[in-house]
Amino acid sequence: MAEQAVQNHEKFRIRISKRAEVGTKKAIILRAVSIIAAIIAGGLFIFCIGYDPFSVYGTIIKGAFSTQMAFQATVKVMIPLLISSLGVTLAFKMKFWNIGAEGQIIAGAICASYFALFHADIPHFLLIVIMFIAGIIGGGLYGLIPAFFKAKFGTNETLFTLMLNYIALYVIVWLRDGAWADPESGGFPKIARFVPNAQLDKVGGIQIGWIIGLILTAVVFVYLRFTKHGYEINVVSESHATARYAGMDPKKIMLRTMFFSGAVCGIAGMVQATGSDMTLATSVAGGVGFTAIIVAWLAQLEPIGILIVSFLFSVLEKGSSVMQSTFGLSPYCADVLQGIILFFVLAGEFFIRYKFVASGKERS
Amino acid sequence: MDMFINFLVAAVLAGTSLLYGTVGEILDQKSGHLNLGVEGMMAIGACAGFMAGYRSDSLVIAILAAFLSGAAAALIYAVLTVTFMADQNVTGLTLTIFGCGLSNFIGEYNITRSETGNLKLPEHIMSQLRSVHIPVLSDIPIVGKLLFSYNIFIYLGVIIAIIVFIYLNKTKAGLNLRTIGENPAAADAVGIHVVRSKYINLLIGGGICGIGGAYCSMVVCGGVWMSNSVNGMGWISVALVIFAAWSPLKAIGGSLVFGAFSVLKYYMPKSIITLPNAFYDMLPFVITALILIITSVKKNKGRMQPASCGINYFREER
Repeated sequence: MAEQAVQNHEKFRIRISKRAEVGTKKAIILRAVSIIAAIIAGGLFIFCIGYDPFSVYGTIIKGAFSTQMAFQATVKVMIPLLISSLGVTLAFKMKFWNIGAEGQIIAGAICASYFALFHADIPHFLLIVIMFIAGIIGGGLYGLIPAFFKAKFGTNETLFTLMLNYIALYVIVWLRDGAWADPESGGFPKIARFVPNAQLDKVGGIQIGWIIGLILTAVVFVYLRFTKHGYEINVVSESHATARYAGMDPKKIMLRTMFFSGAVCGIAGMVQATGSDMTLATSVAGGVGFTAIIVAWLAQLEPIGILIVSFLFSVLEKGSSVMQSTFGLSPYCADVLQGIILFFVLAGEFFIRYKFVASGKERS
Repeated sequence: MDMFINFLVAAVLAGTSLLYGTVGEILDQKSGHLNLGVEGMMAIGACAGFMAGYRSDSLVIAILAAFLSGAAAALIYAVLTVTFMADQNVTGLTLTIFGCGLSNFIGEYNITRSETGNLKLPEHIMSQLRSVHIPVLSDIPIVGKLLFSYNIFIYLGVIIAIIVFIYLNKTKAGLNLRTIGENPAAADAVGIHVVRSKYINLLIGGGICGIGGAYCSMVVCGGVWMSNSVNGMGWISVALVIFAAWSPLKAIGGSLVFGAFSVLKYYMPKSIITLPNAFYDMLPFVITALILIITSVKKNKGRMQPASCGINYFREER
């Protein structure tokens, strides 16, 4: 009896095998299915806590689009997310696990803020350019640190960049409590608000960062797809040995790419501080660096995809902020829904790469 | 002297949640999974533990709930990374965002539905959370205060760490697990059930993290529900795993050291040295970064991450 059960079990045993290359069309359909499944699962979650999923989802959409102001706020949420997603993409393309976008955003913001706070008398246009470059250099150098140690000693970049996030965060705290403290805040720990001369301009009622983001999307797209650098990144990601054999210097490529990766994240920090916060706050990165990793990954490291995904995430984020007033639900709902969506997409990815095969059937 | 003893006691109290997170993550990494979701699993444990304690007024149920919910969170991670072979970094990060979000969401959901506008643990469970008083032992001068004056979570944490140490080093199952972490294909070849072992250990690891979260929400916050009670402890735990060189016993010392860092600013005599508070807060991360660099420079065999960490095991690619 038991033996028979085992035999039966053997017969219908399911094993996993790798799929042959899946067509783009099928892959897109599979991803769409997993996102729809995720939305249904999110709806079930909302239903379980006693609300009508349709009206909650409707509120999210309305909260993000209903008025011009709401839409502008949505774009404002999107700007740093888009830019830093592009930044981490550069590193991820090389299979360099840059979890440090958070820190690089902060580093860029700090460097830009230095000029906003202490050299605000420079002519406006020049000052903006200087702050932009400061953001690039700050973020880039901060991204270079883990790349240097990885290239030199093979230091684990995942954990190292993670640590750098917190170090950067406490540098802001240190500046806020000390050298850069606002003397007029009455003891409240904060950094002074930037003077108008040091604030980013607005285009269409939204800070100019959205244009910077769109330009960067195009630049990263071209850089990865059509330049020699982009090709080198691809080769290095496959194998350092192959790259060396082809006469490339993987270490140099790693350092260069991480500088760019950090630099783009630094731009995100500069734009957020000077365009949205108008000051250097400890929340300048505020988790965007982590969400960016997820956005980049969801978009399969494709700049156009990142544009779409970061917009959708921003809709979710901004839309959820009105949940409090409408339903008395906390805006943390956005994080939960984001998580659910991603869990489903992560699982869905499996069906793109692998398939289940009943081994009994195949063998007979 | 009194000051120094108070400092050590405070360090133990501050380091306890780290101990749970670290021991949990050690189990994860020993099974070849770099789980960046510790923060999320702790947050879910914090929420489940607190809410269970709030409703049931029983510490045992609270700890059980924290353990089970942490394990449930780990189950999501395990299904995705072990069975579905999803990327470990992305899955872990998602788990953190999801877990922290869910924990805060449920917390605020319950607050808005409470009559008083806040959630406070009932009196009975609070009395169980107070420091134990062991007759005779607790009354020994200095030693009594240093060793026998804590709440139940601290002792449980140390016991769990010791059990995990024995499990990893002295039992067959533990040896198998370490083999899986180093080389899953070899483990598979000698007949170890790789998938099952990974599942079991990831779940237990997540459960241990969950208890650590409950400590944050129930003890550190003084029995009143607060959002983000875990507050980065999970991330420090991931770092502490390296500091502790993947040993649960060293994790006890390591969490004490990191706990000491986090309370150092309150105890450092101003007459000796005055440093900005931010510097003290930064210290654990700077030291971990330095340890990362030093271990990679020395390439010390004993202090290395399990070799298969971060790489999913696909049987057909042996």
